Amino acid sequence: MLDELFALTTLIGILHSGVRLATPYLFAALGETFVQRSGVLNQGVDGIMLMGAFFAFYEVFQGYNLWIGVLAALVSGVLMGLLMAIISVTMQGEQRISGIGLYLFGRGLSSLLFKTLIGSVEGVSGFAKMSLPFLSALPGIGYIFFDHNILVYISYLLVPVTWLLINRTTFGLQIRAVGHNPEAADALGVNVNAIRYATLMIGGGLAGVAGASLSIGQLNIFQENMTNGIGFIAVALVYFGNWRAVGVLGGALLFSLVNALQLWVQVLDISIPLDLVVMMPYILTICVLIFTVQKVQRPAVLAKPYERGE
Amino acid sequence: MNKRIGQLILILVLFGVAYVAIASPLAVPANSGRTEADLADGGPFRIAIVLPSSTVDMAWSQAFFEALKAVQAEMDDENALEIAYSEGMLQVTDAAAAIRDYASEGYDLIIAHSAHYGNSMFEVAADFPEISFAWGTAVDTGADQGYKNIFAYEAAADEGGYINGVIAALLSQSGIIGVIGPVEAGDAKLYINGFIKGVAETNPAMQVNVSYTGSFGDTALAAAAANVHIQAGADVLTGSAQQVVGAVGIAREAGILWLGTQSDQTSLGPEVVVANHIYDWTGVINDMIAKIRSGELGGTAYKLTLKNGGLIVEFNDNIDIADDVRAATVQAIENIKSGAVQKMK
Repeated sequence: MLDELFALTTLIGILHSGVRLATPYLFAALGETFVQRSGVLNQGVDGIMLMGAFFAFYEVFQGYNLWIGVLAALVSGVLMGLLMAIISVTMQGEQRISGIGLYLFGRGLSSLLFKTLIGSVEGVSGFAKMSLPFLSALPGIGYIFFDHNILVYISYLLVPVTWLLINRTTFGLQIRAVGHNPEAADALGVNVNAIRYATLMIGGGLAGVAGASLSIGQLNIFQENMTNGIGFIAVALVYFGNWRAVGVLGGALLFSLVNALQLWVQVLDISIPLDLVVMMPYILTICVLIFTVQKVQRPAVLAKPYERGE
Repeated sequence: MNKRIGQLILILVLFGVAYVAIASPLAVPANSGRTEADLADGGPFRIAIVLPSSTVDMAWSQAFFEALKAVQAEMDDENALEIAYSEGMLQVTDAAAAIRDYASEGYDLIIAHSAHYGNSMFEVAADFPEISFAWGTAVDTGADQGYKNIFAYEAAADEGGYINGVIAALLSQSGIIGVIGPVEAGDAKLYINGFIKGVAETNPAMQVNVSYTGSFGDTALAAAAANVHIQAGADVLTGSAQQVVGAVGIAREAGILWLGTQSDQTSLGPEVVVANHIYDWTGVINDMIAKIRSGELGGTAYKLTLKNGGLIVEFNDNIDIADDVRAATVQAIENIKSGAVQKMK
């Protein structure tokens, strides 16, 4: 049975699944990278994803274009980010606790809206597979990387975009400055609170789209609590990726590949105890967190509200 | 200082909304404020149910909740049955609190709709001997421990699984069938074991690939599992628990046939859901109500079977199904009813 796992078609299948599964993690974790680089910890990502997933689904269910769905997810995410900003930046709420509050709020409100406005689990036609011309014809690689829906491609394109924004623009410099030494940034005329509002809204918007990538990209349904903790893994992936876009990509891919691997191990009936197989992605994430996180890029003031000295 | 108070209020409001939305039913039934005298007058029969997942989960919880509503609709007077519910109670501690609250409010029958609520429910049942309790999947009514107010219920999921297995074996062209389970235990395991037996006894050459997600509600992982099964060559899929709504969506997109269980899942994929194995709890509910009204508060363990009509296998009329497949399915149902199919473990 083990040789089946290493058969070429199986390996290609695992890689294809892994690339696809990484999408919601990527959107959410890249968004959270902006947030954390500016010194804010938003643990409410999962709740924002649920709101995004709901609104994207709801628009499409109402007969609107899929992109209207993505837009609705984006807007609802930005609003959730704004709410977090009011609590954690303006009111200087304890970020870990208010993040959990935001999660519960998003989870509860999305469930409530779902039951009130839709009522039962329904299906819609989401983003269809978009095989890229020429590229998808490449043997093996084409199927692995270029045979997905458009939200998958966008999530990967966001990796260099995030890197560029954070490392090569004035805005990115301000984000990093605010995350490392808000007093100094403030003294130099950077509006600390405005930057943090901006990153929380970017992070929220991307978390909303992460939800849409599930509800109208991968699953084409909405169900209460359908993210099932993806948002929390995404927050961990930012640590995992050492607060860098490429690191987040690596973490998201590793986690998703191991998840895909465990599904294949089960389908091929390879005799490893089931509980162990199911735990594989999580155990791996913890191990990597323990052994590899360097904290080089860790924002010095992560999760500490900024209060201007008198 | 004001800032701190404002912040505290906002956080409390967030938690409050979340709590209300997650933990309590949409339509909170009006407290009828019934007295002992009302009971004698034959006021409404009051049922409270605590559910581990949503009332619209397309699976375990929805099946029972819809049966309750069907029983309510069948009654002459629409006020004759009052239903209160708490859903999404995955945490036993939350469920235990809900069960105790309902008992304090004097409901006639409190249903703990998950096997893992058992211990908590027994504790409450001991404190409220005048109230009836029911739980499932379970067979233990606590009679040997002296309880007289507990009903237990279960479904012979293996029987429906067997029938779905027969159908799958007849419909698969590729010779590979995929099964997406939640956790390898209880109702799901029973269903899957029956399914594998049904396939094997219909066509031993068929290969059944089984995978578990390790969770009842991980919709995304169930969808990923469906994708993997399809890539591995499966052309007929099935699975159980509320997570499968994600998998049905994938099957629909890929044009792969699906066999539903617990609730009618046709609406999720009208073009691919071939048949559904449905739990019909109405008989159990009606019998419990009748027994409680006559003063018998517990002691019965119910089991839904194909023979007693609690389990139903229905084809989706939108899909053309060959006559020989239908005939073989009807025959298989008869074989189970008559006992010709050996009991499954």
